[in-house]
Amino acid sequence: MKKDILEILENDSRKTVEEIALMLGKPEQEVASAIAEMEADKVICGYSTLINWESVKDDIVTAMIEVKVTPKRDMGFEHIARRIYGFSEVKSVFLMSGGYDILVMIEGKNLRDISTFVSSKLSTLDSVLSTATHFVLKRYKEHGVIFEKNNADDERMIVSP
Amino acid sequence: MKKPEDFVNKKVLDMPFSGIRKFFDIASEMDDVISLGVGEPDFDTPWPIRERAIYTLEKGRTVYTSNAGLLELRREICNYIKRTLDVNYDPKTEVLVTVGGSEAVDAAMRTVVGPGDEVLVVEPSYVCYKPCVTLAGGTPVVVNTTAEFDFRLQPEQILEKVTDKTKAIIACYPNNPTGAIMEYEDWAKIAEALKDRDILIISDEIYSELTYNGKKHCSPVQFPELRDKTILVNGFSKGYAMTGWRLGYAMGPAPIIKQMIKVHQYVIMCAPTISQRAAVEGLRSCDGEVEKMRKQYEMRRRVMRQGFLDMGLDCFEALGAFYLFPCIKSTGLSSDDFCTQLLYDQKVAVVPGTAFGDAGEGFIRCSYAYSIDDIKKALEKIAVFVEKLKK
Repeated sequence: MKKDILEILENDSRKTVEEIALMLGKPEQEVASAIAEMEADKVICGYSTLINWESVKDDIVTAMIEVKVTPKRDMGFEHIARRIYGFSEVKSVFLMSGGYDILVMIEGKNLRDISTFVSSKLSTLDSVLSTATHFVLKRYKEHGVIFEKNNADDERMIVSP
Repeated sequence: MKKPEDFVNKKVLDMPFSGIRKFFDIASEMDDVISLGVGEPDFDTPWPIRERAIYTLEKGRTVYTSNAGLLELRREICNYIKRTLDVNYDPKTEVLVTVGGSEAVDAAMRTVVGPGDEVLVVEPSYVCYKPCVTLAGGTPVVVNTTAEFDFRLQPEQILEKVTDKTKAIIACYPNNPTGAIMEYEDWAKIAEALKDRDILIISDEIYSELTYNGKKHCSPVQFPELRDKTILVNGFSKGYAMTGWRLGYAMGPAPIIKQMIKVHQYVIMCAPTISQRAAVEGLRSCDGEVEKMRKQYEMRRRVMRQGFLDMGLDCFEALGAFYLFPCIKSTGLSSDDFCTQLLYDQKVAVVPGTAFGDAGEGFIRCSYAYSIDDIKKALEKIAVFVEKLKK
């Protein structure tokens, strides 16, 4: 049942316990305690809203920064990751396989914001060997949601056998 | 001098329009109608299937296939039936790919039924069966299922209507319009009743992917004694959300399929090639996508049923397809009046049970092939209407 609850909440975190219980055919009490348990276990880490900021304000720039680092002895990549994810402008941090080590997603008001962050904060960290910054030009799909306005209304016939 | 209609075959002239047509005509003239009246999925066809169709077009692979359908597709269909029902079919001789399940039903009737033959049509049911029997020259004999048994077919209901002219029986489970299913024990009783009779079963299983509460779809072909007395009809429209692709299939014993191919060959040639190639991809890689859709339907079903129960309407727990069949007898209205008044009063379109046979009187068909938000909006309006009727 927990997986079903997570699937519903991942899709729409505004669904109430009552609604989820009805959708799954389970008692509300059971759903409520399962959610509470998953919150406590940090399986559910928060309830956020997926926003297409580009359509609301234009002063936002997102970049993906590939970072090559030297891992610290005994600390692996954790130490450097911690140093990076502490910055509030950093939205996501991933350890990657392949040609670089860490992928940082960052948001700023403009290009200068981001280049300042890279040159003064990120590149100057001890273990950082090099960075490559890629700016996001357009978002098509995020978290499984397609941003493009879907202009196809329900084309089905209004009544059919 | 003959008038134009005088040229029309009497069998066709006498055939009534589908009961759904009236509601379609009224509803399509109105603005802002909320509909629970649709008999097709609201989901888009899974992308891998669409992508394969695009690729097929790009490559220009658009010529006819063999009459029976692409062997590659027939193989995948047999694999699918093996993994879902654990029954073996020979892709070379026991499968015919058709233009939707409807063509499979029509081809089956025209292959099997002749003048004087009676075909038992289990109702309430999808609207095409009786006309197909009539057009094939046979006589449809209605077998009514009832709410008492959750619209599951009972052996006595069949035996009452059997005569020495009975050639075949056609049933659709999971059922449109009731949402009823037949479980193993239900078919077992039917198998027992039919074991010494030469009655062919035409089993329309187009909603086979859509069963709920952990129930698995069950087919008469799973009974060895019925396997060679059954034409299984299925397709991609419902489970794979491929209605407009027009692709279905019939499976059965080779001697019958061989004759059905003749009918199909002269009328259709072959099912659409692009759809066939796309469906191969569907059967190979879309089990997950199909399950995702099924799960959505399952949740909507619970929300909708609770809505009807909260209004004080009886609504048996339908465990298949994407329809609920609430009983509106307590309102004192006939199905037709209920649906007409609901449409004018609240602009909500549902379909009267009687559009699917007389056994549907006192019931309405409500589809949950809609988002939960849409379902809730419609339920609110239906509740207002039902409340008004109580006063």
